Amino acid sequence: MIASSVSTLVERAEALCRDLRLQSVRDWKARTGGLAIGYLPVYVPRELLVAQGILPVGLMGAGADLEIIRGDAYYQSYICHLPRSTIEMGLDGSLDCLDGLLFPAICDVIRNLSGMWQMLFPDKYAHYLDLPQNFDRELGGRFYRDELETIARDLAARGASAPTPESLREAIVLYNENRAVVRSLYELRAAEPWKIPTWELYVVLRAGLVLPVTEHTTLLEAYREAALADTTRLPMDQARVVLTGSFCEQPPLGLLKTLERAGCYIVDDDFIQVLRWIRSDVPVEGDPLENLVNSLLDDAIASPTRYSDQDEVGGELVERVQRRQAEGVLFCAPSFCDPALLDQPMAVAAVERRGIPWTSFKYSENSGQFQVIREQAGTFADSIKLWSEA
Amino acid sequence: MEYCVGIDLGSTTTKAVIIDCQERLIGRGITNSRSNYDVACQIALDEALISARFGLIEGNLKQGHERLEPLERGFRRQQYLHQLDTLSRILVGLAGSGAAAGFLDRIVDDMRLESTALFGPEGNRKSDFFRDLAGSRYLSLAERFAREDGACFEALAGLYDKAILEVENTAGAAGSFEECLRDAVADVPGDVEDLRRAVEQAVAIELVQVGSVGTGYGRQRLPFPEGQIRSEILCHGLGAHAMFPATRTVLDIGGQDTKAIQVDDQGIVTSFQMNDRCAAGCGRYLGYIADEMNLGLHELGPLAEQSQRPVRINSTCTVFAGAELRERLSLGEKREDILAGLHRAIILRAMSLLARSGGVNDEFTFTGGVAKNPAAVGALAQLVQDNYGERTLNISPDSIYTGALGAALFAHRGSRAPVGSVE
Amino acid sequence: MKPLDTTVVDVLKDGSQIRQKQMIADHYARLARARETGEKCVYTYVPGNLTELIRGFDLLPVLPEINALQSGMRGKSRDYIARAEKEGHSEDVCTYVKCDIGMKRSGNIGPTGERLPDPDLLLLSYTGCFTFLKWFELLREEYDCPVAMLHVPYQGDGKITDSMRRYVVDQLRDKIIPALEEASGKAFDLDRLRESLARSAQAEDDLVWVLQSAKNVPSPIDAYFGGVYYIGPIFTAFRGMPEAVDYYRELRAEIEQRLERGQGPVTPDGELESERFRVVVEGPPNWTSFRQFWKMFADEGAVVVASTYTKVGGVYDNGFRHDPDRPLESLAEYCLGCYTNLSLPTRVEMISRYVQDYRADGFLINSVKSCNSFSAGQLMILREVEKRTGRPGGFIESDLVDPRYFSASNIKNRLESYFQMIEQKRAGGGQ
Repeated sequence: MIASSVSTLVERAEALCRDLRLQSVRDWKARTGGLAIGYLPVYVPRELLVAQGILPVGLMGAGADLEIIRGDAYYQSYICHLPRSTIEMGLDGSLDCLDGLLFPAICDVIRNLSGMWQMLFPDKYAHYLDLPQNFDRELGGRFYRDELETIARDLAARGASAPTPESLREAIVLYNENRAVVRSLYELRAAEPWKIPTWELYVVLRAGLVLPVTEHTTLLEAYREAALADTTRLPMDQARVVLTGSFCEQPPLGLLKTLERAGCYIVDDDFIQVLRWIRSDVPVEGDPLENLVNSLLDDAIASPTRYSDQDEVGGELVERVQRRQAEGVLFCAPSFCDPALLDQPMAVAAVERRGIPWTSFKYSENSGQFQVIREQAGTFADSIKLWSEA
Repeated sequence: MEYCVGIDLGSTTTKAVIIDCQERLIGRGITNSRSNYDVACQIALDEALISARFGLIEGNLKQGHERLEPLERGFRRQQYLHQLDTLSRILVGLAGSGAAAGFLDRIVDDMRLESTALFGPEGNRKSDFFRDLAGSRYLSLAERFAREDGACFEALAGLYDKAILEVENTAGAAGSFEECLRDAVADVPGDVEDLRRAVEQAVAIELVQVGSVGTGYGRQRLPFPEGQIRSEILCHGLGAHAMFPATRTVLDIGGQDTKAIQVDDQGIVTSFQMNDRCAAGCGRYLGYIADEMNLGLHELGPLAEQSQRPVRINSTCTVFAGAELRERLSLGEKREDILAGLHRAIILRAMSLLARSGGVNDEFTFTGGVAKNPAAVGALAQLVQDNYGERTLNISPDSIYTGALGAALFAHRGSRAPVGSVE
Repeated sequence: MKPLDTTVVDVLKDGSQIRQKQMIADHYARLARARETGEKCVYTYVPGNLTELIRGFDLLPVLPEINALQSGMRGKSRDYIARAEKEGHSEDVCTYVKCDIGMKRSGNIGPTGERLPDPDLLLLSYTGCFTFLKWFELLREEYDCPVAMLHVPYQGDGKITDSMRRYVVDQLRDKIIPALEEASGKAFDLDRLRESLARSAQAEDDLVWVLQSAKNVPSPIDAYFGGVYYIGPIFTAFRGMPEAVDYYRELRAEIEQRLERGQGPVTPDGELESERFRVVVEGPPNWTSFRQFWKMFADEGAVVVASTYTKVGGVYDNGFRHDPDRPLESLAEYCLGCYTNLSLPTRVEMISRYVQDYRADGFLINSVKSCNSFSAGQLMILREVEKRTGRPGGFIESDLVDPRYFSASNIKNRLESYFQMIEQKRAGGGQ
């Protein structure tokens, strides 16, 4: 009975993830009359949107489900897949319920997509959100605050309400709650990975891209409770690994299942980072906009999309491996992903310096076959287990 | 009689088309491309001239057109025998005093004997190219001698591989046209007086070349004078226009590349797109799949058409084609369903190129080897219908000659506009 | 941007070219001696380069992009890239980066055959290209030296806002200048900067005149293959230096003379006799087969009358100039205005304007695999510019310095088809 509860929750979440036409967003708009604003990976300050009465809607590609008919006409073969499926969804009407899109600073491909969107959909709001690469409050902070104020003004001009300190504080509280339960799920999975299979965690997290934040928090709490109560899931002899590199274009669900079936417990990952970009709570007291700005500057996770002023670029990855007591690293990046693949040699060097085993492979969100990866991950997991026994 | 010729030196075959002064098509020829481009072009032209002569013979015959067919078979047999002579000479030279040498004469003698049946009314000729025809007979005889008389099959096969390259690059290996034709007339059973007269009249007409244009994919060096080279894109556009005058969009999917071309009402190219360096989605991809499935290339389409539930294939990467196929098969997917998905995936790539070039306008002409594949045509028709609405889709059984036809038309209309004709 | 390959330079025998060659040679010689002479050096990028500032501290700039393209022209890039890939760099990413890393690990031998000095500072001007960010993170691991980071915001909405300008100015004042002071041991000298900026503006005037001379029919210059030589000094180590002023003065005089005499552009095979096609080119050139690529145009009588690549190190033909009266502000606007920092709609507008103003028959996009900043969206640029100008666009694909991505037959095929198409259209009918 409890097990069916897990599966019911996961099924619901998976249905939301697979609903490329965003029916739940359409329903929300019909119900509330509010604006819906889409955003691409990796991070946008959703608190600001919610404070303006807007539903933030995360777009992370169409996965393996969508056949690309129009999108390929816009890109050369050496460009990743996510922008193709994003354009496909734009052109086939799936995204017509969105009143605009925000394109955060990830890489040049997504940056340029913002301009393409402006030309393709001149009536919609399309804004490149330039996240600061300078983390001084007086420099990057000031610029970022200007950015946020510009966005707030632009959206208010399109019918959203202007954010107030109260509405911002309320939104911050809601997202702090959401971040807390996300953190606890990551802790739980690291402690007892057999209870929280990664593909399940993935879909319940991803449902948060389309759900209003309170509904998502409720879903996560219910899932956590159900998963904890399920006594049928027992530990297996699997290798504990950190998966890294999949922060933008997401791996197909089949790949996640493949990795776990091949003998890996994923105990940390880079998926859907918008939920975890800010590590801890955003302070509620004081100037809420300033708090949002400062949290981004001071409390954001490390990412290949963010300039690292640390001496060792892979240091944060090593720290995650140690904190999660992982035995190895899977470098799992989308093909042609500049940030992930340029970063990788530095991260590899960092784990190699500590003698942490690693392996690497690439995917595309619409990869249909995983045989090679299954063999590779299986061999990797086996070698880790042999090593730890030796 | 004056004629203009267009020659299309392709990656696998070389085509020639000749037209008369009224731009009427009077002959065409095809041969496999080979290392020596000059020979390939010469043979394609010879073949086109042969077909033109046969056309003249047909015109000269008052009746008895049914006799043309045995005449042509007889003519091909004569050519085959001449080529066998060349092959034999080269084989013997290559073999020297090796152990295989003793078997060569026996093989070639048997091949000569078999030629009557091979070119008889019931003869089963799977290809028109000497390389394929002779190769299949030679190897099967070599196998027999290996089995029965202890010949070394590998040595014999190796000799053939070397020799055939040389035969192909030997000009005139097929003998002279007139000699072969006259010998062929003599072999036609019954009263041949009419036929002989028609042949003599046709042979007496002098065919004079007054213009030529060459084209071909990505060749750094084409064996044509520089002023007589035209881009294959332009030739293709004009050729498609000549075949179907209302053509506005042309899609060509060949072995190595895919082209999407827009033309105006005169057949002038207004824009074009070609696939990038990644060969995914070209005909070659189907070749890999056919090899992987142990099927003939021509069997893929009909098999895919039997699919009830096509599988969606996302990757048309030739590198992964084999692995993806094996995985799908091992998952229990049906061959026809996988193939249907693969055909759609290839056509989707073409749809991208079409969109980049300016879409699909009416009428739409599909050319190239893949246009012969019914499953590819079906997928294309469906996607065009879904994305662009009703379009007339033209496919000519002779679409392989599209580029050569365009080249011939350019040859007739004069070479490139003179330098300095700007504005 | 500034080839040293003597075989190519030799075809441009004008005085300005000899002067430029000498300037570059002297600069590299000075770099090679830097360790002995105690001169310090700063590695930085072409887009958003702060040459006036750097040289105001008597620091010597080194530009890894230039080294990479030089390696490409000298036939070294294949091995360098192979080395970097063998040592773990992905085949999917920018080949400038891999070429640079490979060169460093092979002894850091520069274009003149002498060893380049290690950097005393990596000045990361993150302008118009995400890869820059990772590139200097990678170099920091190679060299273990300080990095000064300048974040130049992207003109996402097609304009420079006050906030952007202030952000860059503040970083220059609070981060970049102190880092340069630290690296050089010298104090910032505002007057010296103003003098440099005045010289920059002077050279920029002459450069713009030269590039716009291609509006003449026929054009006295090729604004792409020839253009990469013309932008050399101002894009690299010499903006704001007296040498640059002299160079551009001399260059302008030469082009004025060509124009008077009705001479066409210089090509690898000498002067172009007859201008048959005028085209605009978007995208960087290929460096490994630069000369061959150029010849494919010249053989067809095609002249590039305007290019976007010659704007990557600064867009000046819209009126922007470095300004001694607004030193940091104008430096900030310079960075913000570099070509790859412009939004796609702005790029479409710019190319369309070039096609019209320079009376071009059409435009060509050379899409390079390495550079997503340029390439992502070019197929849409193609469509939009065709729509706006009614002139045909052509699309070819290659790479910056990876010879594996230069297929001569493929490119030649497309170029020939493209030019023949224009010719056929002009003639009308099947001519």
